Amino acid sequence: MARITASVYTSHVPAIGAAIDLGKTDEPYWQPLFKGYEFSKQWLKANRPDVVFLVYNDHATAFSLEMIPTFAIGCAAQYQPADEGWGPRPVPTVVGHPDLAAHIAQSVIQDDFDLTIVNKMDVDHGLTVPLSLMCGQPPQSDFAWPCPVIPFAVNVVQYPVPSGRRCFELGKAIRKAVESYDEPLNVQIWGTGGMSHQLQGPRAGLINREFDNMFLDRLIADPAGLATLPHIDYVRDAGSEGIELVMWLIARGAMSDVPRGASADVAGGAPPTLRHRFYHVPASNTAVGHLILENN
Amino acid sequence: MALNKPYLDVPGTTIFDAEQSRKGYWLNQFCMSLMKAENRASFKADERAYLDQWAMTEEQKQAVLARDLNRCIAAGGNIYFLAKIGATDGKSFQQMAGSMTGMTEEEYRDMMVHGGRSAEGNRYLGEDGDAQPQHQPQGSAGRKAGA
Repeated sequence: MARITASVYTSHVPAIGAAIDLGKTDEPYWQPLFKGYEFSKQWLKANRPDVVFLVYNDHATAFSLEMIPTFAIGCAAQYQPADEGWGPRPVPTVVGHPDLAAHIAQSVIQDDFDLTIVNKMDVDHGLTVPLSLMCGQPPQSDFAWPCPVIPFAVNVVQYPVPSGRRCFELGKAIRKAVESYDEPLNVQIWGTGGMSHQLQGPRAGLINREFDNMFLDRLIADPAGLATLPHIDYVRDAGSEGIELVMWLIARGAMSDVPRGASADVAGGAPPTLRHRFYHVPASNTAVGHLILENN
Repeated sequence: MALNKPYLDVPGTTIFDAEQSRKGYWLNQFCMSLMKAENRASFKADERAYLDQWAMTEEQKQAVLARDLNRCIAAGGNIYFLAKIGATDGKSFQQMAGSMTGMTEEEYRDMMVHGGRSAEGNRYLGEDGDAQPQHQPQGSAGRKAGA
């Protein structure tokens, strides 16, 4: 059977992608940030998954106001990096895993989460920046990401966004789905977005180290408790765009210390091992947080 | 029953909810069109003519022409959509976000490098933080306004 071996959490700031694409990673402004991901790149090389299930949000790219799915699972064979207005990022096409994606969709929908199935979409910085941070820039001689990716898009643009609790519960159902897949795949689940940031109005530029570090602490040790935090607390304390952090709870809910499935058919196991923790302010308008948790 | 909006007392912040979304539908859909290079080019060539192809209100068009993102947001715009206008102008997210505070680009960048804006005094309307209405505009623009 397939198994989720680890979860990765990271911010997905567009300026980080621009810094990589324009060769600015050694500039004093960016150096401390990329240093925080050196370990992660080595770790990913040593712990290369067969598939990454990547939870992110679309930033008015694939989904305009015509359609706003709360949870959308990518079941396509591939996804092109989107032109978000600056031209597409010069990064590889994202190769999907249609078979596992379709299996997860079936299992999770039958577990009462109404996913939208997406067979065609471009992917924006929300998905490609985490790949760049964790994988580095692939060489021209082998211009590909290291493994297939299942994009999982969450609406955090138009209110109401799903609650932290709903996201956490969904994570449990995703784990059950993965573990009922026959092929013995090594799957990682990544939760992206956040941390504190606000991109609009006179309150733009809000950063809250205290909140962010509380969030990291509790995501590691008390995710079920953290999942009860209401939206309005994210908005007040972490900024209007800090609400993206609910997506981290999907990845955390899929870890093996949490009871599995919508009906908790398998009890929780040992807590995960914290492999890496990093926090940095700022990247453009945003606080950058990053964790790697391995299942035991 | 009206929409429940527990977020109206957060200073300097407009939550993009169903009501804002309805109000800003065509403004935001116009922004989406700027994801194609040929549309960016025709917008740049004649902004007014390009905007007139969309069922936007005159206020929305004026807000776009003035590149006043606070006005765009008040008219139903959302920052992730509006960012396409900034991208068309070659602006970064930091330049766009900063433009809504009244600070110069340099003042805003400095604030971010020094740890960003504090949440203290900026959680509820009626407190005294720098994002409160009584402290707008911020930065040198605010100092000039107060002089």
